[in-house]
Amino acid sequence: MSEQPPATIEGTEDEPLDGDDPIPTPVSTGAGSVIRALEVAGVETCFGVQGGAIMPVYDALYDSEIRHVTMAHEQGAAHAADAFGIVAGEPGVCLATSGPGATNLVTGIADASMDSDPVVALTGQVPTAFVGNDAFQETDTTGLTAPITKTNYFATDSDSVGDTVGEAFAVSGSGRPGPTVVDLPKDVTNGPTEKEPGEPRTPSTYDPQTEADDEAVERAARTIERAEKPVILAGGGVIKGEASAELRKFATEYGIPVVTTMPALGAFPEDHELAMEMAGMHGTGYANMAITHCDVMLAVGCRFDDRLTGGVETFAPDAQILHVDIDPAEISKNVEADVPLIGDAGTVLEQLAAEMARAPDVPEWREQCQTWKDEYPMDYAAPEDRPLRPEFVVEALDEATPEDAIVTTGVGQHQMWACQYWTYRHPRTWVSSHGLGTMGYGLPAAIGAKVAEPDRQVVCFEGDGSFLMTCQELAVAVRENLDITVAVLNNAAVGMVRQWQDAFFEGRHSASQYPWVPAFDKLAEAFGAQGFAVHEYDEVAETIEAAVAYDGPSVIDFHIDPGANVYPMVPSGGDNGQFALSEDQL
Amino acid sequence: MSEQGPQQVNGLQGPAPEERPRPTGRRNSQGIRIDPEVEAEPEPRRTVISALVENEPGVLAKASGLVSRRQFNIESLTVGTTTNPETSRITLVIEEPEPGIRQVEKQLEKLIPVISVQELSADAIRRELVVLKVHGDEPDKVQAVTEMYDGTVLDAGPRTISIEITGDEGKIDDAIDAFQQFGIRELARTGQTAMARGDVWTTDIEEERYERMHEDWRKHDQQ
Ligand SMILES: Cc1ncc(C[n+]2csc(CCOP(=O)(O)OP(=O)(O)O)c2C)c(N)n1
Repeated sequence: MSEQPPATIEGTEDEPLDGDDPIPTPVSTGAGSVIRALEVAGVETCFGVQGGAIMPVYDALYDSEIRHVTMAHEQGAAHAADAFGIVAGEPGVCLATSGPGATNLVTGIADASMDSDPVVALTGQVPTAFVGNDAFQETDTTGLTAPITKTNYFATDSDSVGDTVGEAFAVSGSGRPGPTVVDLPKDVTNGPTEKEPGEPRTPSTYDPQTEADDEAVERAARTIERAEKPVILAGGGVIKGEASAELRKFATEYGIPVVTTMPALGAFPEDHELAMEMAGMHGTGYANMAITHCDVMLAVGCRFDDRLTGGVETFAPDAQILHVDIDPAEISKNVEADVPLIGDAGTVLEQLAAEMARAPDVPEWREQCQTWKDEYPMDYAAPEDRPLRPEFVVEALDEATPEDAIVTTGVGQHQMWACQYWTYRHPRTWVSSHGLGTMGYGLPAAIGAKVAEPDRQVVCFEGDGSFLMTCQELAVAVRENLDITVAVLNNAAVGMVRQWQDAFFEGRHSASQYPWVPAFDKLAEAFGAQGFAVHEYDEVAETIEAAVAYDGPSVIDFHIDPGANVYPMVPSGGDNGQFALSEDQL
Repeated sequence: MSEQGPQQVNGLQGPAPEERPRPTGRRNSQGIRIDPEVEAEPEPRRTVISALVENEPGVLAKASGLVSRRQFNIESLTVGTTTNPETSRITLVIEEPEPGIRQVEKQLEKLIPVISVQELSADAIRRELVVLKVHGDEPDKVQAVTEMYDGTVLDAGPRTISIEITGDEGKIDDAIDAFQQFGIRELARTGQTAMARGDVWTTDIEEERYERMHEDWRKHDQQ
């Protein structure tokens, strides 16, 4: 990135503007250079909410061709930018004012940080002279966001602020992606400057290693060749590193079963015969058997989160771990790597493939994996005379939408059913809140995803609790006429909490049941979206068809079995191989 | 989808947990594979980490915030500028098991304004300064103890005497013990600063930077 030539300014004498290129925003103030920096970085869309300290930036945006989606709440802006980043593979940009605007962004920034999603947040700040005096709407934004950003910046002068924004953009999107924040005091954005910002570049102190050391590659290849029970554990880094094709090639060429982490849904096609699908707390039985019994684990772009590993003492206890990651700090952080392979996922997979002399000879192991698939099928009982099963709804929506439809979710049981019963076949079709587990992520994420990919269908699964946290963003979906389908899996409870209370708190339902739940179909109508309510099996298919056909945002309130629980389950800190198939096995 | 008994809330099947085979191996709480018979947890070790950082606002807050939020066990953290006005050196004394030490290094290295991080070897030069204020009743004895520790009396009055002692951590601890007899009213320690011993650079990138700086000076002198 740092090697790139300085920006050529379109529309100057040496490079006349052609018809299709956006007209560059003229730079006369710091704010103009902030917006110009975004244009130079190729930003075409941003999400945000206006306010006092950020007004100069919005004023400059007024002249720009960058599309701004005004959100209902700054948390929504951050999640929308995050989902945009996930789907587009380049940083999503969000804007907020100082004080409450910035603090409202915090949840979304923390979410992006936990999931390594590229997000650039620009926050207004009180004028420099007022900073530290508890001025109106002052908050220490760089202090607040330091632990939840890849890095952050406090802009100090109008001439350099554009380059700072460029750097924030470059850092956010490169290496292991993550959120960055630029805090913009009003005097800096209002101050005069004519300085054109250059191309985004990362600072000289930031230079991620992309190629693994030869010696490590050699050792890893020998280990895989000799493996008796090899498994590939694909993490979210496979998707972020655009390495799905390399992964597929490697797995099929050497006949190695592939388990995915939750953020990696779609990194490997789930209908492939080598696919063992998701492992971890609510992973498939067969995935958890495979990772527990493997003797070599090629882990690519994952961070061994506790929801994946369960107790580390019993995690893949016989396995040599070959850990590919672009972030050296992930190596041996939670689980010791026998062979560290620091580098970019796709590059290292290619290095490994080039070094492999033969495939491991493991037909029996593949057969064993298949046996586990037959032994522990992902199945559910759905008798017609009983309340609607959520798994059925997930499968019905999957069936009614194209393969490349994008799924977003809130957090709770509904999110887990969306993991388990939708078949993910392509990278960047799964958009969820994994590491932070932020209820209310689904709808703003659906907005961000749809804005990034207007031609693809977007389905959002929400719970009745989670949906209530951000449902005001329906106003935005209607205003922007975004054709998204929201499926509320309504069990009149914060179901995931209720499930844990049943399993671990003797069924004491403290603050987890809703005696009354809004009519989400009517709520949707009040916002100007299309609303549907479904109670019976025979209404499912036709309602989905109508909702998907509707040109604009629609909400289906699915009244599901309030007793439905998510299984298999590995209790926190548990042994993956001892997953429970029902509550009495916990 | 399958149609099973109406009472079944959950349709999942398969051998129950106790019927499944179990692997023989085990890891410890650090995720390291171990012999299941020997419950070995790695012992913590005290060491010095030196970080060369860009001298920009917020860098110290970022480094110290990182240490606290990741619960690294830290004895001291000091910071000061270097020969290059654009960089500072942060010296951390930590006590962690091996994996923790590696994590401190790598997490610090990840901070964007951090240029280079290194763990110093056991023979590194380490120094700390303490200022002690003791009761002034026995000035001669105070003077004698001060001399024993190569210290300096900074201020002596009828009621208090202030002394400065410099040395490695052990010497400072001993000195404080020795002054205890006079009644220590106040005490301020700087925490350790450290440097690699002999012809070794404290952080590896410095050699390169030093050469570059001298190149610039030579050019400047020639002009
Ligand atoms: C912002 C936030 N607050 C609280 C939680 C804790 N929490 C996790 S899942 C859950 C229940 C979610 O309920 P609902 O949205 O109705 O989904 P369900 O589990 O019923 O599918 C709660 C409260 C959370 N993850 N995020």
